[in-house]
Amino acid sequence: MSAPEPPMGLLAELTHRCPLGCPYCSNPVELTRAGAELDTATWLRVIDEAAELGVLQLHLSGGEPAVRPDLAAITARAAERGIYTNLITAGVLLDEAGIAELREAGLEHVQLSVQDSRAAQADAIGGYAGGHAKKRAFAEAVRAAGLPLTVNAVVHRQNLDRLSGIIELALGMGADRLEIAHAQYHGWAYANRAALMPTRAQVDDAVATVEAARYRLEGVMAIDHVLPDYDARYPKACMGGWGRRILVVTPAGRVLPCHAAETIPELTVETVRDRPLAAIWNDGPAFERFRGTAWMPEPCRSCERRAIDFGGCRCQALALTGDAANTDPACTLSPYHDRLRALAEQDAAGGTGCFVYRGYAAQPRRGAVPGT
Amino acid sequence: MDETSIPRLATGVRLRHDAARGRWVVLAPERVVVPDETAVDVLRRVDGAASVTAIVDALAGEYDAPAEQIRRDVLELLVDLEQRGLIAV
Repeated sequence: MSAPEPPMGLLAELTHRCPLGCPYCSNPVELTRAGAELDTATWLRVIDEAAELGVLQLHLSGGEPAVRPDLAAITARAAERGIYTNLITAGVLLDEAGIAELREAGLEHVQLSVQDSRAAQADAIGGYAGGHAKKRAFAEAVRAAGLPLTVNAVVHRQNLDRLSGIIELALGMGADRLEIAHAQYHGWAYANRAALMPTRAQVDDAVATVEAARYRLEGVMAIDHVLPDYDARYPKACMGGWGRRILVVTPAGRVLPCHAAETIPELTVETVRDRPLAAIWNDGPAFERFRGTAWMPEPCRSCERRAIDFGGCRCQALALTGDAANTDPACTLSPYHDRLRALAEQDAAGGTGCFVYRGYAAQPRRGAVPGT
Repeated sequence: MDETSIPRLATGVRLRHDAARGRWVVLAPERVVVPDETAVDVLRRVDGAASVTAIVDALAGEYDAPAEQIRRDVLELLVDLEQRGLIAV
């Protein structure tokens, strides 16, 4: 068997530590503690191995990557190797000097998360008082440093009614791009879906709002809208296809085809300490398990879209059908699709505004979004 | 964008050779664009100093085509790249 195409991107989750506690966080429910994180030397080696392998873009993520004191050193190594560096941050820990240092190290793009259009609601969703104001100051520092800025807003039932305000916020921050991403319901968001699942009307409104804003803001700010799985006709190609475009290294050094793949118990996951990145990418069992189309059962196997969406999300298939190899139930061709729709409608009508913040605490911290 | 314009790569956009795949790539926020051969020839001359006319003249020395056709093709290409947010003037 020939080696697969090299990955385009590396998602480096430098840490799971984060001052925020967003209830839809894409990190696993069981977070890695600081003591188990890779050290600087290992991360630098991982960057070198990624460059050799053909990685073109590095997404420095977390948790909050700015928690790591070696963020600038890791950025600099990637830049030296010609890798495009993208910082994915909550923006509450870096001041003007911090962002200038990263710019100096070679940082090329910043993606800043926002939780809502208004401070009270945003701070309640993030579980971090004063966060919204810090993000606004951070955006200003990013612009002052001359770096391009993407604002990323995860949307859900608690903030979708203020989507227009979120678009205005991103515009006011001077963003070149705005990503509106509906929460993906696994991990933390799955646990909180009764508080987060949008109503069908909210999703329809969002589509109309984004369309109008795109037209109005053409040439000023680009808007990407990632539609919710539960309302789509076909699933999304998870990570552009399993083991096809992106690899993920977790804070503890586990190498994954997708940031949520640890929820699939049958996978044999290797770490950067076991083998070089290239070997893991080329024939590691976790990557081989769902790579390409040969592993597919029906209805994917004979589907003309099999090499377009690659059967969708394996983690969602496992969570909702009990088998990670099944067709993603977001697909209308999945026999589980009706069940997923019914679940989404039930959650959307759930009535609760209360959620659990992501965090390490054995005693979970609960929150709710105040009315406007 | 016209002949007197001085195009530059947009902020956060970089052209580099991708040795692993033996081709040139344009790296931009959240995307990688693979330009065709002509686009690479043009993009390598987009440096924020050369005007469109200077780029056309440089290419006229290399391409076996009428200058007028090169001018049209280069302008069309630059407009397209500008619309895709990869270059700015």
